[in-house]
Amino acid sequence: MADKKIYGVSALFNNPDTITSAAKKVKEAGFTKWDVHSPYPLHGMEKAMGLKPSMLGIVTLICGLSGTAIALFFMWWTMSVDYPMVIGGKPFFALPAFIPVTFEVTVILATVSTVVAMFALFFQLPRNEFPLHDTDYMKKVSCDHFGILIESDDPKFDEESVLGLLKSFDPIQTGIVYHREKVTYPIFEPKFLTFLAGTAIVVSLGTYLTLNKLLFLDPFNWMMEQDKIIPQSRTEIFADQRGMRVPVEGTVARGFIPYPFMGETNPTEVLSNPYVPTEKNLALGEIKFLTYCSPCHGNYGDGDSRLRGQFPNPPTLHSNRARDFSDGWIYHIITNGQNVMPSYASQITREERWAIVNYIRVLQRAKNATDSDLEFVRAGK
Amino acid sequence: MSNVDYSVEAAPVQGRLSLAQIEELVAKPLDTKPDKKFYIALAVSSSILGIGAICLLITFLNGVGMWGNNQPVSWGFPIVNFVFWVGIGHAGTLISAILFLLRQKWRTGIARFAEAMTIFAVICAGIFPVIHTGRPWLAGYLMPYPNQHGLWVNFTSPLVWDVFAVSVYFTVSLVFWYTGLIPDFATLRDRTTSKIKKSIYSIFSLGWRHSTRHWLHYEKAYVILAGFATPLVLSVHTIVSFDFAVSIMPGWHTTIFPPYFVAGAIFSGFAMVVTVLIFVRKIFDLQNIITIDHLEKMNKVIMATGMMVGYAYGMEFFMAWYSGVQFEQFVFINRAFGPYAWAYWIMVSCNVFIPQLFWFKKLRRSIPVMLVIVIFVNIGMWFERFVIVVTSLHRDFLPSSWGMYAPTLYDAGILLGSFGLFFTLVILFTKSLPVVSISEVKAVADGAQPSHHGVDNHG
Repeated sequence: MADKKIYGVSALFNNPDTITSAAKKVKEAGFTKWDVHSPYPLHGMEKAMGLKPSMLGIVTLICGLSGTAIALFFMWWTMSVDYPMVIGGKPFFALPAFIPVTFEVTVILATVSTVVAMFALFFQLPRNEFPLHDTDYMKKVSCDHFGILIESDDPKFDEESVLGLLKSFDPIQTGIVYHREKVTYPIFEPKFLTFLAGTAIVVSLGTYLTLNKLLFLDPFNWMMEQDKIIPQSRTEIFADQRGMRVPVEGTVARGFIPYPFMGETNPTEVLSNPYVPTEKNLALGEIKFLTYCSPCHGNYGDGDSRLRGQFPNPPTLHSNRARDFSDGWIYHIITNGQNVMPSYASQITREERWAIVNYIRVLQRAKNATDSDLEFVRAGK
Repeated sequence: MSNVDYSVEAAPVQGRLSLAQIEELVAKPLDTKPDKKFYIALAVSSSILGIGAICLLITFLNGVGMWGNNQPVSWGFPIVNFVFWVGIGHAGTLISAILFLLRQKWRTGIARFAEAMTIFAVICAGIFPVIHTGRPWLAGYLMPYPNQHGLWVNFTSPLVWDVFAVSVYFTVSLVFWYTGLIPDFATLRDRTTSKIKKSIYSIFSLGWRHSTRHWLHYEKAYVILAGFATPLVLSVHTIVSFDFAVSIMPGWHTTIFPPYFVAGAIFSGFAMVVTVLIFVRKIFDLQNIITIDHLEKMNKVIMATGMMVGYAYGMEFFMAWYSGVQFEQFVFINRAFGPYAWAYWIMVSCNVFIPQLFWFKKLRRSIPVMLVIVIFVNIGMWFERFVIVVTSLHRDFLPSSWGMYAPTLYDAGILLGSFGLFFTLVILFTKSLPVVSISEVKAVADGAQPSHHGVDNHG
């Protein structure tokens, strides 16, 4: 026993008045490293021991105000900077509507940090390996006794004199508390470390699953991805597994009039111009000619567009051959195409095609006007 | 019984118990093996919990269409139950924080239990808004975290305030409760003989060693926590009432809602605490620590808050008339005389008329009478939330969209299940943790504190 290191000398009392006066005397004797243990806080003991008031409130103040600032800053940033949105006509920084959350964040940071700071920083807890634990002294002060303990670290510590001093207070019991022979830290137990590692793995897995599986929602695309068959999709409903249906045989599109001469060279005998070249009809023909024909044949049908010089040259519409074409033939060329000229049947309606034919006739006549034509123009129209 | 002298403060601990006897009494349920009655009680409560769990499972499988919720009454039972349970929780914080700041010594005997009930009630409450969303597995979106949508929660919405208020309330209550438990864990650690219990208590006590240098900070921390918990508890039910008051629904859009809800919460919470304490003090033989004086004081609080609630009922009617708004007036006439008049009059009778019996000293000190009254108060306060939610919603502005609400069996099963959960947790708590704060009760026992003139004589 003699080689054990002394932690301190203790004395037990069972009367709150005795311990208070004893504490006063220990303090007067000039000890600094000593403590009073009681199962509940004794009123006035901190004064008797000469302890300074707790500075815990400073932690609360700093953390609470940080909570206020963090909450306000975060709400300002999310609602006015990162994703600004007008809600209920409120300003982006809607202070009155931010007050509840600000208050709650302030409270939680202030309280939790106070408790954590008290236990972890002020008391350096948890410390289950402390020399006092499992002693008879601790068991008594935990229940209904009050104890004074003077530590051996105190500069004035001397085992004999301290024992004498404590005995002079008329305690019910005095004793010596020794340091533990072997201090073990439960935190470094392999079992505990395995537990920590396991917890870390479980927590990370859980977080991953929660955020990426449980809480995963497809981004909003319900307009695009609907539960219906689209033309290019495969389906089991129809025998041919095609989403798109072929029209019934012999179906004719609305307004479709068959053109039986596709691919023929000259069906002029059958085709005759149903439109009289009125002013309105010619105006339509001019617009359509300028849109569809002029890019190759030129604005006046001279074949002088910017394609001139390329092979094959766009032909002029004022050649004798062209002037001798019947209306039906020109109509057929527009509808059917000729040489490199493609069919314009899908782009120009039948009426427009005849109007173009009429307009070409106007251009041809203008280029080869007779004297009587000139007189007609001079006369007024 | 009737010759109680109110001019002297009643002793918080009766029967001249010594400190060791107090500890013995409180720790007894933890030291002894649970008896048959405990298992029967646990079986009953967990079966009720099971009924709720089955109803909830069927709801998850089939969707919230299993409930009575409809248009226009889209809130229905889940929100009624949520507000009810949050309200129950408020008594615990009131007892542990507000009465602490008011230096009410009688709180020590009941504070621990009331705090535990706060935590359990908030757990019950938290379930309801989450299941009411229909897809509870997406509840994580209620927290502002950087998600793949790049969206944040709407901080100007009362429903988000509610998420913050309830989760902060739960956390702070838990921290407050645990802080109070630490010295008791240390005491249990030092008295137990079982090795397993000792290591569990050691871990939870964090190595607390009853040092005065620690008590100094501990008491300071307790004042700080109480100081924060007091406005917090007021804020929580205020924010719950904002869920209603911030909308433009007639019958909800009133400024009286926050104080009215807070008073109602304290009222219902105290009723629930009394209901449970009556049984606990009897079963665990704690009549000297949870004395009849404590119960009487709580009954006085119940009567006072009951009258506040009654005042609010009257004032709502007055304001509806005084506002001159036709819709407001209609809602209140419809409440009292419409199709849900039965619910309204159950609420008024249970909350306003029945607690008036507590004016008689004999009645407020009689255990059977108070048990009946507090159960009526519990029923009445549940109906208050039912009346608020259903009568406002079922007939609002447009008569063409009026409707009726009737809960289904699943609604009832889930409500029952929440009671099962609450009582299961309470029953487990009574056998696993000290139901009374050992260190606080010791501190207010006879002769526990130094008599300062005695010290002067000695010194």
